[in-house]
Amino acid sequence: MKPSADLPSTKSPAAEPRDRGGPAQPLLIVEGLRKHFPLKGLPFTRRPVVQAVDGVSFAVKKGETLGIVGESGCGKSTTARLLMHLIEPDAGTIVFDGDPVGGLRGISVRDLRRQMQMVFQDSYSSLNPRAQIADIIAFGQIAHGRDATEARERAHDLLARVGLAPHLFARRYPHELSGGQRQRVNIARALAMDPRLVLLDEAVSALDKSVEAQVLNLLQDLKQDLNLTYIFISHDLNVVRYMSDRVVVMYLGRIVEIGEVEALYRQPRHPYTRALLSAVPTLDPRRRTEAPPLTGDPPNPINPPSGCRFRTRCPFAEGVCADRTPILAAIGEGVDHAVACHMDTAGSGHSKAPAAPVSSLEAAE
Amino acid sequence: MSITAAAPAISIPAPVAGKGYWRLVGERLARDKVTLVVAAILLAVILVAIFAPLITAHDPYVGRVANRLKPIGTPNHWLGTDEVGRDLWTRLAYGSRLTLLTGVTPVIVATLIGATLGIVAGIGGRVVNTLVMRTMDVFYAFPSVLLAIAICGVLGSGVRNMILSLTIVFIPPVVRVSESVTTQVRSLDFVEAARATGASLAMVIRHQVIANVLSPILVYATSLVSLSIILAAGLSFLGLGVAPPNAEWGSMLNALRQSIYVNPVNAALPGLVILITSMAFNLMSDGLRSAMDVRLPR
Amino acid sequence: MLVYALVRILYTIPILLGVSLIAFGLIHLVPGNPLDLLLPPEAPKELVDQIKAKYGFDQPLYIQYFTWLGRVAVGDLGNSVFTGEPVREQLISALSNTLVLAIPAAVLGFALGIFLGAVAGFNRDTWIDKLASAIAITGVSMPHYWGAIVSVILFSVILNWLPATGMGPSGGLPQSWEDVTHMILPVATLSLIPMGVISRLVRATVLEINGQEFTAALRGKGLRRKRIIYHVLKNAAPPAMALMGLQFGYLLGGSILVETVYNWPGSGQLMNLAIFRRDIPVLQATVVVLSFFFVLINLSVDVLQAAIDPRIRR
Repeated sequence: MKPSADLPSTKSPAAEPRDRGGPAQPLLIVEGLRKHFPLKGLPFTRRPVVQAVDGVSFAVKKGETLGIVGESGCGKSTTARLLMHLIEPDAGTIVFDGDPVGGLRGISVRDLRRQMQMVFQDSYSSLNPRAQIADIIAFGQIAHGRDATEARERAHDLLARVGLAPHLFARRYPHELSGGQRQRVNIARALAMDPRLVLLDEAVSALDKSVEAQVLNLLQDLKQDLNLTYIFISHDLNVVRYMSDRVVVMYLGRIVEIGEVEALYRQPRHPYTRALLSAVPTLDPRRRTEAPPLTGDPPNPINPPSGCRFRTRCPFAEGVCADRTPILAAIGEGVDHAVACHMDTAGSGHSKAPAAPVSSLEAAE
Repeated sequence: MSITAAAPAISIPAPVAGKGYWRLVGERLARDKVTLVVAAILLAVILVAIFAPLITAHDPYVGRVANRLKPIGTPNHWLGTDEVGRDLWTRLAYGSRLTLLTGVTPVIVATLIGATLGIVAGIGGRVVNTLVMRTMDVFYAFPSVLLAIAICGVLGSGVRNMILSLTIVFIPPVVRVSESVTTQVRSLDFVEAARATGASLAMVIRHQVIANVLSPILVYATSLVSLSIILAAGLSFLGLGVAPPNAEWGSMLNALRQSIYVNPVNAALPGLVILITSMAFNLMSDGLRSAMDVRLPR
Repeated sequence: MLVYALVRILYTIPILLGVSLIAFGLIHLVPGNPLDLLLPPEAPKELVDQIKAKYGFDQPLYIQYFTWLGRVAVGDLGNSVFTGEPVREQLISALSNTLVLAIPAAVLGFALGIFLGAVAGFNRDTWIDKLASAIAITGVSMPHYWGAIVSVILFSVILNWLPATGMGPSGGLPQSWEDVTHMILPVATLSLIPMGVISRLVRATVLEINGQEFTAALRGKGLRRKRIIYHVLKNAAPPAMALMGLQFGYLLGGSILVETVYNWPGSGQLMNLAIFRRDIPVLQATVVVLSFFFVLINLSVDVLQAAIDPRIRR
């Protein structure tokens, strides 16, 4: 399908007028992001707190797809909402293409939202049930002061771009669409703002497998044509592998491992990542893993375990894991693969850790 | 989930002609037989109230005592006569005016005030919400009938005081309903999605929240009219509202109550029309509810 | 659980204070001076001052409020300006007469409502459902004072089965069959509204739960219909109970209209009398006590509900 002249796809990547830091500048840098939700408790006592996101740091390079995986409740969706400033973070900085978000010299949340958009998981509840499809897509632009007729015209173009015939769909209501069609509308709405970064929060998780594949391919095409960067959040490891260039693994509000997708899937370092991957069904007998599968549920995020949060389910847990929190560190010089585990930290005191003076390269064998 | 709702929609072959939301609701109402009948009844009551002088042949305030308590079907008085010989049909027709006025006005006023307060409490911050809702909790602690009777009893009888007391009684429940739907709608993803476009809060509230909050409030208000009519007539029944000889269903019922041994059917008639009107508003509310729920397949 | 109950109890204190404030303020809604109600316009100045001092009307409002509140807190509800007798005794006897009607009516309405709603819900869209729903909507839309009149017409005037008005010869709790016959009509009439409201709620809840997957799973496990009905009803009970708490308040307040028709010497009649005699202390006391009662009932329903339904706690 040929995109209309109005869409930014006609511009070459270099011509992106909003680019500030050049290709080497990460599009998004997140540093020490934290969100604790207080719960109701007895008056005059300390309120219990859910540590939904607790000190998350990562960077997203221009043009890549960064996957975020983890069990439900690990803080993936909270991270996405924090990035969009739909909920206010307690601490942490977000830098978009070199500009800090908020603050005096940075860009405003409003400006950030023009460049960063989000596709929600629940395709039904994320569309206003009382509005027609074209109006839903056009809303954001009209809110930013664009002429209503123009905005609706563009909504028609976008519908075509996501594979929905405008003359059939523009005036329908969300309940008249299937799940896959609604998710395409959600994508079109995100694109209407002309974003550079799109957050896909479990965007295909609720869809049938065949529909899921179509939507994933659409997303790949759009990324190519519109020069987009994605953050792709999912609990489905296969889908994340198919979509992502790099992957972040989260557990109970913290990042346990981050790395290039193939390296991370072939040689997972963190016991949690290994356990997750071993749970993925595979038909290849050579790809069997010996890692024990995960048992039990994640612990309560209200009172997470001390030290390493995974230790209560980790087969290698030792005393040090309860005493100290492992730090996310690269597993080797110049390697884009970091893990937060005492077994990979030289001199951590874990029996399987490399000895203190020896370089951590040894552990990478 | 929404899968069941989506199924019939896919089978729509032709492009859906552009319809506004209210037109959609109207079409759904038109297909609902019970609601159509109910709407016809309500329309009839309203028309009777407006054209009472044209469709009645007698004076509602003049009767001959010799003519009292004639049964239904008496020539010249097809619904019979009341305890002082006035034509019952004329009295009932004129009575619909005051009953509708005292039943509907408090709900309209209470909905305007209550919905505003409730939406503000639902959108506003914690302090505003606590302030509004805890105040309402206090009013909610009174049984509604008791509060209405007490206020009306202290203020003294009369149409104005009755409307005032019912309005005070109905504001808290409207606030509660409005606040709860606003909070619900506000937490839905589509409001977050609208915020994520960078639209201003005012814009999001106007276009995304209000539109979705008004229909449930309207449905609730319609069902409140049913209760309001019962209570308004009840206050008059107690002698706290409309005073005789004015024609009003509640006070007519009270006056005719003494005649149950002579002509029970006539005595029960004003109450029957209260029941029918109140039931019509209740069913109308049910009909509106299902017509406005766009998620239900039709 | 205990924590929830404690918080909930603490929370009722400001509400009760608010209620007392409004009930106290009621008297000042009266157009003009509250004394106008007590005294003829031509009363001599000394008498006015004397009465003013006696009732504390010469004090500032807030002092009047706290004095009144302090007295109410220890159970002193003042004296009737009409009879001069203590309000407390009148109110206790009237309230117990009202409860003699309201409690059986609440139980009956609740039981019938659950039954009707469940029958309708489990036989969705059949004629049974339509009939049950029609009964329910009639109960909800019924002016109960009219229901009272119709019941008297039917069972007393036409059939002559039951006494039309008044309490039985014993007064207070029923002690003979004759006392019970006097209760039947008022209790049945009062139970109609809660029956309608509860049955509509139960029907909707049953439909909702029936549509959920866990009931399908129960059916899949080959559970007998009886067991499934039990499971569904167990889930429908908590919201029905919460609603019943509210409905009980409606019964207390609504009794004023029904008691008038049946000439039942309950709190409703007491209040009605107080209004027409402009007997403000009696009116005030009735409002306060009935509302306190209502608040306490809702409190116990909430706590009870939390004990049954773990989702409500926290």
